[in-house]
Amino acid sequence: METMTLNLKVWRQKDTNSTGGLVAYTLETVSTHMSFLEMLDVLNEKLLAEDGDPIEFDNDCREGICGMCSLVINGVAHGPWNGAATCQLHMREYKDGDTITIEPWRAQAFPVIKDLVVDRTAFDRIISAGGYVSMNAGGAPDANAIPISKSVADEAMDAASCIGCAACVAACPNASASLFTAAKISQLALLPQGHPERAERVLLMVEQMDSEGFGDCSNHAECEAVCPKQISISHIARMKREYMKAALMAK
Amino acid sequence: MTLDSKTPDGPLAEKWDKHKFDLKLVNPANKRKYTVIVVGTGLAGGAAAASLGEMGYNVLNFCIQDSARRAHSIAAQGGINAAKNYPNDGDSIWRLFYDTVKGGDYRSREANVYRLAQVSNNIIDQCVAQGVPFAREYGGLLDNRSFGGAQVSRTFYARGQTGQQLLLGAYSSLMRQVETGKVKMFPRYEMLDLVVKDGHAKGIVTRNLVTGEIKSFAGDAVVLATGGYGNVFYLSTNAKNSNATAAWRCHKRGALFANPCYTQIHPTCIPVSGDYQSKLTLMSESLRNDGRVWVPKKKGDTRKPNEIPEDERDYYLERRYPSFGNLVPRDVASRNAKNACDEGKGVGDTGLAVYLDFANAIERMGEDTVRDKYGNLFDMYERITGENPYKVPMRIFPAVHYTMGGLWVDYNLMSNVPGLFVLGEANFSDHGANRLGASALMQGLADGYFVIPYTLGDYLANAGVSGTAIDSVEFQDAEEEVNAQIDKLLSINGKKTVTDFSRQLGLNLWNNVGMARNEKGLNTALKEIPELKTEFWSELKVPNDKASLNKNLEFATRVADYFELAELMARDALERTESCGGHFREESQTEEGEALRDDENFSHVTAWEYTGEGKAPNLHKESLEFKNVKLTQRSYK
Ligand SMILES: Cc1cc2nc3c(=O)[nH]c(=O)nc-3n(C[C@H](O)[C@H](O)[C@H](O)COP(=O)(O)OP(=O)(O)OC[C@H]3O[C@@H](n4cnc5c(N)ncnc54)[C@H](O)[C@@H]3O)c2cc1C
Ligand code: SF4
Ligand code: FES
Repeated sequence: METMTLNLKVWRQKDTNSTGGLVAYTLETVSTHMSFLEMLDVLNEKLLAEDGDPIEFDNDCREGICGMCSLVINGVAHGPWNGAATCQLHMREYKDGDTITIEPWRAQAFPVIKDLVVDRTAFDRIISAGGYVSMNAGGAPDANAIPISKSVADEAMDAASCIGCAACVAACPNASASLFTAAKISQLALLPQGHPERAERVLLMVEQMDSEGFGDCSNHAECEAVCPKQISISHIARMKREYMKAALMAK
Repeated sequence: MTLDSKTPDGPLAEKWDKHKFDLKLVNPANKRKYTVIVVGTGLAGGAAAASLGEMGYNVLNFCIQDSARRAHSIAAQGGINAAKNYPNDGDSIWRLFYDTVKGGDYRSREANVYRLAQVSNNIIDQCVAQGVPFAREYGGLLDNRSFGGAQVSRTFYARGQTGQQLLLGAYSSLMRQVETGKVKMFPRYEMLDLVVKDGHAKGIVTRNLVTGEIKSFAGDAVVLATGGYGNVFYLSTNAKNSNATAAWRCHKRGALFANPCYTQIHPTCIPVSGDYQSKLTLMSESLRNDGRVWVPKKKGDTRKPNEIPEDERDYYLERRYPSFGNLVPRDVASRNAKNACDEGKGVGDTGLAVYLDFANAIERMGEDTVRDKYGNLFDMYERITGENPYKVPMRIFPAVHYTMGGLWVDYNLMSNVPGLFVLGEANFSDHGANRLGASALMQGLADGYFVIPYTLGDYLANAGVSGTAIDSVEFQDAEEEVNAQIDKLLSINGKKTVTDFSRQLGLNLWNNVGMARNEKGLNTALKEIPELKTEFWSELKVPNDKASLNKNLEFATRVADYFELAELMARDALERTESCGGHFREESQTEEGEALRDDENFSHVTAWEYTGEGKAPNLHKESLEFKNVKLTQRSYK
């Protein structure tokens, strides 16, 4: 098994109100088979053994679907692999002697809780503003009552695969949440089930997004580049169209 | 204690309807007077909290992750069963019921499973109405596939992300209730105790994972939907935060734990690559439709797979089970892989893997067709292992995946502690000794959307508004116990980390209470687990900080419970001297080495009662009656 030594620079911050900074660590015998998060586990075990404080970072599924992991690695949200979340990155990407800088998502709307962990509850509030179909359990018609063409269903599924990780915000020079918000608006605008509330939804969700302190979208497309689910910025275009239409109608 | 399952009378197909009519209702205007605590936001908890909010109850909803949308249910890949019979291939409620009871190896309650099959169709309707983008055919109707060896196509799916889409559906309904104010969300909160007053569940004690604050919440009922306990094995396909604490603390407050020994081991996971391994990744078992499982015939063969000629390979599943071949059920496939490795024929660096080979499939269908069918799984494999499965056979090994055991519940999904309801993987109810593919998602949503809204009302209507305050002595005592445990964990200041202990415990369970169990191994576990537990309480090291985010401390409270649960699992496995479903007792097998059930002595649910620290638990039994299906031994030859 191949192993290597790495120079790590990791953002450490005690809590939301403290100022943080990068701390350097050297980690030996890192296996190329490890995942990136396993490498951090090993570092944490070492820190514990030396009476140090382990580094806090969010993670759960470790297979790219829960959206919990959230590291900026050498300046890139989720690191160097395309279409992959932080937890899917493996150490064979690196070689002996490499220096890796690890930082949290940075955005006004995401205060740091500790070290690499940030508060992303703003995303929940954007969804609760309108990212749903208003229906109660029990009243649904037969699932096949409304046929939906495969291409529409597939496109809705592309949008729906967003994992809510917020890398798009972390990568955006304006810290815009447009890709995330657009993915949900687009999914429900494509599907007939979302149509009755289509106009109201886009207005409410965009309003909530703005009030959380996220920036505007000015088409940098950095979001699409880091998105682990490769959500297309064409959804942002749809959101903008939906918004224009709804705003006109509301007048 | 007598266990009353409260199964309604009458013909099987009419029980649920009749029961719904007999249940008391809470007057719509009165619902807002009740507070319901829901712990968990997975399919079961998310669906329950949303539905109860829609009905007008005040709901307090808790989860460990930073958002309700991240519950472990999000990771389910394959699909969800329902008896829609859209493909017109002979499916029916009866057939889904029958298959699920048989699949569970006749260790589940007929009436519960029948209800599950009945409401399965409502689930699909509900999800489509929420905007869940299930796979569709060109005509625009929903697509189905056959899954886990079923003879009909009844599985609905959304690419390889079915759990994600179903959970996001439930999450969206939940967020709508948050907006209306009926549901209050508490993310990054961990329940650490159940509060029981006058015999009824009246609240919970939690730890705010960000500030460390210990805080109680009172309610008129507690709904637990905290998932399964597979992580007691340390390595499993479960998410890192999945754990057993909520269920275990309820057990210590009086709730019976049923069938703890029933765990499901999934045959197609990516093998362990080293000591640092933190979890295991499942690959959909649909791979076995076209992949061929083999090992070298020779022990310790270190040649590369492509250098091993055809006649020196053992396609052991095809050889032993000519009619099912590579498609034998999960437990059979898993056990055979273990046996091959135990014989020294395992492959890869660790010798703990078997090949799953697509060479024939690629030859037969062409690489493009294989890519169409399995492309995303192949990519996932390559991303993790760095090997190209189009060129070299995949290496797979079984991994702990699901736990059929859980808190005992009656037909109303209420535990033996009145007012404590248990839903989803956390209860023991519907899968008997073995869960069929695509049926856990079905059960979680059935419990949350279509069962608890009825049965909870009956309890509340009878019990009335409790008005229990969190300054009552029961809450104070529970909080004190929680605080004391945390202080104790922090004060040990030993040498070993919580990961060290969890790994060691997990390995012990894997070896002794894993895929195949025998009396000797189980007794070894029963001796070694308490020893390890003693070491844990004297040698553990956790960062001494209880007032901020401290993952090591969170895991320490969980691992403390794992030791106790692990012991109960071994005890339950020792008690059940038959083989059934996911529980293979080596002493109980046919001449051909297949599982042998003992219906005469073990056609029952074991339900364990906690009797105190270091004391042997009491065993209660709920006997299972099968009036509608005929018991047969499974055979896949
Ligand atoms: C990789 C994988 C693939 C799967 N694929 C399929 C499939 O294709 N089809 C299928 O039917 N099944 C599948 N399953 C099984 C299925 O996903 C699970 O059984 C099911 O999702 C469990 O749902 P749940 O709601 O019971 O619990 P979970 O989704 O595990 O949710 C538990 C919730 O409880 C919370 N919680 C836990 N403890 C506490 C506490 N102490 N305090 C506060 N909150 C707490 C958690 O935060 C979480 O919100 C799969 C499982 C895995 C691991
Ligand atoms: S759009 Fe992509 S990057 Fe943004 S939250 Fe969704 S998955 Fe993450
Ligand atoms: S840990 Fe779940 S997406 Fe990375």
